[in-house]
Amino acid sequence: MIDVIDLKKSFGKLEVLKGITTTIKEGEKVAIIGPSGSGKSTFLRCLNCLEDPTSGSIIFEGVDIADMRVDINIHRRHMGMVFQQFNLFNNKTVIENIMLAPVYLAIHDLRMKKLQNFFIRIKNAFSKHKTPLYEIDTTPQKIKEEARENALRLLRRIGLEEKADVYPSTLSGGQKQRIAIIRAMAMNPKVILFDEPTSALDPEMVGEVLDLIKQLADEGMTMVIVTHEMGFAREVATRVIFMDEGRIVEENTPQELFNNPQHPRTREFLSKVL
Amino acid sequence: MGNFSRKLERFWEIFYEYDGYQRVLTGLKNTVYIAVVGLAIGIVIGTIIAIIEVFPKYKRLPRILNGFCRFYVALFRGTPVVVQLLVAYYVVLPLLGINLPALNVCVLVFGLNSGAYVSEIMRSGILSVDPGQMEAARALGLSYRVSMMKVVVPQAVKNILPTLGNEFIALIKETSVVSFVGAADLYVAFNYIGTNSYEFMVPYLAMALIYIVLVMAIAFLVKIMERSLRKSDRRN
Repeated sequence: MIDVIDLKKSFGKLEVLKGITTTIKEGEKVAIIGPSGSGKSTFLRCLNCLEDPTSGSIIFEGVDIADMRVDINIHRRHMGMVFQQFNLFNNKTVIENIMLAPVYLAIHDLRMKKLQNFFIRIKNAFSKHKTPLYEIDTTPQKIKEEARENALRLLRRIGLEEKADVYPSTLSGGQKQRIAIIRAMAMNPKVILFDEPTSALDPEMVGEVLDLIKQLADEGMTMVIVTHEMGFAREVATRVIFMDEGRIVEENTPQELFNNPQHPRTREFLSKVL
Repeated sequence: MGNFSRKLERFWEIFYEYDGYQRVLTGLKNTVYIAVVGLAIGIVIGTIIAIIEVFPKYKRLPRILNGFCRFYVALFRGTPVVVQLLVAYYVVLPLLGINLPALNVCVLVFGLNSGAYVSEIMRSGILSVDPGQMEAARALGLSYRVSMMKVVVPQAVKNILPTLGNEFIALIKETSVVSFVGAADLYVAFNYIGTNSYEFMVPYLAMALIYIVLVMAIAFLVKIMERSLRKSDRRN
């Protein structure tokens, strides 16, 4: 689903990613581990172009999204992202947080369709060859209602339905992160990128967030997870990538990588963290 | 003290029995009108400039736009508002062949002037919002413009509201120079009373009092607004 080909990224003179090539297939759960400064977060952020790659390409569903001419916003809709610092919108209530993007984008698309229909009608009036109009089967009202229902359904799923109308500042870290995850889910993404989802949490809240991620993994969601939770990586991931100094040093199934690391650098790292 | 009461009587005579109070009301109305509309224009201009200035530099935004904004801010912060008024009223508009009432010229000049100041306030406000907010909005597929308008700017406005209130207060007080181009504000009204009663002490004191009350009322309103905007910070 995502093909990364020779991805490089530099910040000024500092080369953070030195050529990464890998493929993420549909349904895969890829865990990325490695020492800090190894470029794992940068790699993840390059996947949805939050950092523009310096060179190389990222083929997502047949389109090279590293190309600056591509409208990245359309592709980002299908790539959810969960941040270390949650990044819930502070000025919006929980349910507004979840509904903002789906509602705005759906209404925006509806408007564009209506606009195009308007031009097609004008064109049809002057030519014999009639172009069919776009079908419009929804209204802004309906979009909002559906998004609200969907948001409530997701909130119910994580047991935070009664928090729908509070502001994020009143929530605990674990609650915030779980809401950030369902905010990404509300877009029906094809893949979710997790950037150290549990690193900013109190230890007692790590479990609830990992449980939710595991549930999503079991439902077959494709995910890429940068994590320091080795136990979690071993349990959930179908493939583990070990990165160091901007390169993929080793990638393998979790059993193989954790029990039988090939590369000396991997062995050294694992002996420190396990 | 008898001297003062006589002065007060003189003032009251012109203020009440002639059309003094009407002029004061008109002046008050004009003062508030110039400040309010000026600030509204200033906020619109300031927000646009601030967004242009914080726009990622490597993106394909025309450099000339950035340069123009910097020139605009330098121009309007670098000259006193009186000079801007005079230049606009007696030089620029006649040269362009536009005939505008003095009051509208004042609104325009004060709008442009406060735009320069608001742009700096707004820029610092936007920079004070956690960059993660923008990233989260972009990661959901919203465009830069929409992320800015729906997520970043509302939070920026909340952060800068006290400073924006300050700007409004400064604007109210600065409007006292509009008589340079013949617009009727509070100063003109009280000067009229003073000239006609040959006595300036009471009118000018009254003018000072009105400005103080005006400014305190604004400060109060800003506080109320701040409180209602802060509801997202409150734990409940």
